[in-house]
Amino acid sequence: MKATVFVRLKADILDPQGKAVHGILNTLGYRGVKGVRVGKLIELELEEPVTDASKAQLKEIAQRVLSNPVIESVEWKLDNGGTRP
Amino acid sequence: MTAGIVVFPGSNCDYDCHFVLTKILKVSAKYLWHKDTDLNGVDLVILPGGFSYGDYLRTGAIAKFSPIMTEVKRFAAQGGKVLGICNGFQTLTEAGLLPGALIRNKSLRFICKELFLRVENTDTPFTQLYTLNEIIQLPIAHTDGNYYADTETLKRLEGEGLIVFRYCNSSGDLTEESNPNGSLHYIAGIINEGRNVLGLMPHPERRVDPIVGGTGGARLFASVLNVEIPSLAEG
Repeated sequence: MKATVFVRLKADILDPQGKAVHGILNTLGYRGVKGVRVGKLIELELEEPVTDASKAQLKEIAQRVLSNPVIESVEWKLDNGGTRP
Repeated sequence: MTAGIVVFPGSNCDYDCHFVLTKILKVSAKYLWHKDTDLNGVDLVILPGGFSYGDYLRTGAIAKFSPIMTEVKRFAAQGGKVLGICNGFQTLTEAGLLPGALIRNKSLRFICKELFLRVENTDTPFTQLYTLNEIIQLPIAHTDGNYYADTETLKRLEGEGLIVFRYCNSSGDLTEESNPNGSLHYIAGIINEGRNVLGLMPHPERRVDPIVGGTGGARLFASVLNVEIPSLAEG
């Protein structure tokens, strides 16, 4: 089963990449975009069956390895599941 | 005194550190492979600059899980001296040995440039040979050197004198132009509460040998390794 992890810079962290993308959107004449933030999407292919233990492990991987809590927030979801946390 | 220089896959300033320590400052130095689980009795651990693991995921994010980092953490907890330069500083913050994080430069560019730094604290084993508020010159070479920490952490760093180096101009003034990566509070280097773990983005090892045009980094190594600087390298 596929797990998808979303890593985003926290709201108060400057995102120069997002600003650069926003700048080019304005240059190209796209109006109505108030801001852009760039994050990361990471896909993990999990062995089946996905158990409570593997869900707990996914949480640990997302929080301990795939994101840095000082600057990033992290969410994850399983195929057919809602986004957590 | 012996320094141990950790070599991660992608480290590229390990040899520079080894060269200036052994050839210029005439101290003993050895390499420590990142898969080692023993620090071999060294008195100082250096995490050198480079792009460990290609900077994948985040700078230092994979290096912090290398086997040797367990020993480095244990060594630091016992008061052992640890110096992280550039990618080494990034790895120390990722590993939780220093607070905060190094994020993308505000310009999004890799910046390789000689900068001025103000020495903010000389009451550390790494800076005792400098003068308080002295202005030195060291080069930076990084894409992710923009120091970030939350307000509370910054307050603690300021209050406890844990900021060791700040970017400044040639007169020592803190200006936007002198802080090209956008670091909060112009932070170039910080130390932990125990005063035994120092991290900085500029490269002191590139300014030890007088032949390269400056020796602003020599006293950092001489301070922490308690050695005399050969008269040739003074300044």
